Amino acid sequence: MSKPLSQILQTYQGEKGALIPVLQEAQIEFGYLSEEALSEIARFFGASQNEIYGVATFYAQFRFTPPAQHTIKVCLGTACHVRGGTHILDRVESELGIQPGDTTKDHQFGLERVACFGCCALAPVIVVSDVVYGKMTASKAKDILAKYGWEGRET
Amino acid sequence: MTFDEIRKRTLSEWEALQDNKKPRIFLGTATCGRAAGALAVREAIEAELKRRSIDAIIVEVGCIGLCYAEPLVDIAKPGHSRICYRNVTPEIAAQLIEDCLVKDNLCPDLALGTIGDGVVDGIPHLFELPVLKSQVRIVMRHCGFIDPTNIDHYIACGGYSGLVKALGMKPEGIIEEIKRSGLRGRGGAGFPTGQKWEFCRKSHGQEKYIVCNADEGDPGAFMNRSLLESDPHSVLEGMLIGAYAIGASEGYIYCRAEYPLALERLSIALRQMEEYKLLGDNILGSDFNFHVKIKEGAGAFVCGEETALIASIEGKRGMPRSRPPFPAVSGLWGKPTNINNVETWACAAVIMQKGANWYASYGTQGSKGTKTFCLVGKVERTGLIEVPFGITMRQIIYEIGGGILKGKQFKGIQTGGPSGGCLPSSFLDTAVDYDSLTSAGSIMGSGGMIVMDEDTCMVDVARYFLSFTQAESCGKCVPCRVGTRQMLHILERISKGDGTPGDIETLENLAFTVRNSSLCALGGTAPNPVLTSIRYFHDEYQAHVSEKRCPALVCKPLISYYILPEKCQGCGICLRECPVEAILGGKRMVHVVVQDKCTKCGTCLDVCPTRFNAVVKISGEHIAVPDKPIPVIVSNKEKTKGNGNR
Repeated sequence: MSKPLSQILQTYQGEKGALIPVLQEAQIEFGYLSEEALSEIARFFGASQNEIYGVATFYAQFRFTPPAQHTIKVCLGTACHVRGGTHILDRVESELGIQPGDTTKDHQFGLERVACFGCCALAPVIVVSDVVYGKMTASKAKDILAKYGWEGRET
Repeated sequence: MTFDEIRKRTLSEWEALQDNKKPRIFLGTATCGRAAGALAVREAIEAELKRRSIDAIIVEVGCIGLCYAEPLVDIAKPGHSRICYRNVTPEIAAQLIEDCLVKDNLCPDLALGTIGDGVVDGIPHLFELPVLKSQVRIVMRHCGFIDPTNIDHYIACGGYSGLVKALGMKPEGIIEEIKRSGLRGRGGAGFPTGQKWEFCRKSHGQEKYIVCNADEGDPGAFMNRSLLESDPHSVLEGMLIGAYAIGASEGYIYCRAEYPLALERLSIALRQMEEYKLLGDNILGSDFNFHVKIKEGAGAFVCGEETALIASIEGKRGMPRSRPPFPAVSGLWGKPTNINNVETWACAAVIMQKGANWYASYGTQGSKGTKTFCLVGKVERTGLIEVPFGITMRQIIYEIGGGILKGKQFKGIQTGGPSGGCLPSSFLDTAVDYDSLTSAGSIMGSGGMIVMDEDTCMVDVARYFLSFTQAESCGKCVPCRVGTRQMLHILERISKGDGTPGDIETLENLAFTVRNSSLCALGGTAPNPVLTSIRYFHDEYQAHVSEKRCPALVCKPLISYYILPEKCQGCGICLRECPVEAILGGKRMVHVVVQDKCTKCGTCLDVCPTRFNAVVKISGEHIAVPDKPIPVIVSNKEKTKGNGNR
């Protein structure tokens, strides 16, 4: 059971520059920032919902839809790019049939592209549910999806 | 307990660890070690030690920078040299425990090198290896040697002695010392650090702030992450010294949320500092008060820019503003603020520990000391390196990096990430320092160094960087918002083979406009990869525009995959693996790529067994292949061989 948003807000009472940490903590707790959460946060800061949404959408970290069971993050940092990261992304896209930022219909898999994990020495890299897989190839990526229960494209 | 007493205690404990009766095992568990499997190795070691009832000390250390050899395990037996073993898997780890600790076989074939005094037959000294020989470890001196979660290790190695020295000096004296060291900002722009501190010191106001910029957003760079994970106290000590010199009593560390381990180790470090009265009020009994807060960045590259970073800490959209006023006058919450990069702070600490003259004895006239770089891309030995300024690119790539991956041809090196430039082989013998890189059209940047070989397309690289900066542009000023987008459109057109004569010139014109009229450094430097690649790799642009050809065989719309009929043996692997069913074939039939269906993912090329090598990638040429599968062509030689076997 998640802790209520009001409890998170309480701990930031009177703190300067608390908006982003509040949004971060709310996202950790609920998985994403729902419209209800954003409006409660807006009330807490005495700001318009528009202002809060403006800050939240500025940063890549925040999401506004529920996350998938497993999020596949494909790194497209420079080192990954020159070592073929886009091939990996293409393969994962075509396997899952979704674009970065989307989730599969059953919410099992989500796909994201990331600018750099800082594991450049292992490039190209993908991260599935916070586990890093280095020295990827397109076919290895497919095997990793299978490891997380991906059963192949629906035909 | 006074600091002197703490130091004496930590020193005797440290010596006891170095000269222990029990075997000691050091394990590199920074992010790259973990990604390579270091935690599984730790479990295997623990299980094996338990199974054999061996009493050993396991110490988790940070990253020594030899990423290509991760996971690394050092084993030190009582009375023996410490030996560093490379690419250790859980199986190898168990074997090492048996061989080294039980059987007395030091496994030279698995070793990378020895550390410290003493010679072991068949194992070179680690720091004599080509990868480390020309490196000078100042910022990274503790990385891989101390436990980053144990403040005692840092103190035992001389840590916080710079602070003790600073607290006995006048703030102006500290600033003078930093100035004399010649230290320049390591975040990218290279502004003299002492001068920056002086501006902020001289600004009016009681309330001042310092900020550690750990928003390492350059794709392809992880120096800051590694340092924070491996030696967080060196950065924090630098911050304390800076805060005292500037007159700030509050500080922030703005660190990327994508660096969970760095954040965790920073929090641990801060807690330990409080216990030792190195943080809070009356630090080490002086009247100096300092408090630090960690702020997690929420994923915006532009927040590496000072004024955007300040806006982000204040809880706003991280958009830069025009300067002046500079942050040194009006920064966080409108108060004088000094922002330095992680590495700059760490340098300040070691300068106070060992003196400005010592530090300035490294480097060149205009660039003193050392710099850490992430050497990645198409190079044999990828990793984190630290070299004195003045070293050449050639030494970095060929001596330290071991040359180009798979013996391929060097094409270029990108320094400074999306804000930097791509330099060709004519710069291989250029000394690496702030001024020479700037005059070549690139920048020092924070330390990303991406090596590119003949298989890297420079148009694609320029497009890649620009797509990054374009997406990260905050949108506040027109030249950056609109200009980078238009430049990207042109580059996309060129890499699709739709470039028209005049595109390259338009691209250059736009680049100059964006560079000269953007509000902040993001826009001001975003055209650098494009400008340098046009300047040094003009032929490649020309090939894309006029011949519709990608010489490096990278730009997808310009390449095609074919299966050579005389080589294909009809094994069917490519047909099975093709994700879009674009291959026709059958048993013992020459397979054929259906060009209209092919998405050019390259899977067929990857999976075709090397003994056949039947798949080729081409651009701008034609190969005659059958349009339907035909029976496998058997050469005369193989026919005879086949008969003989029967």
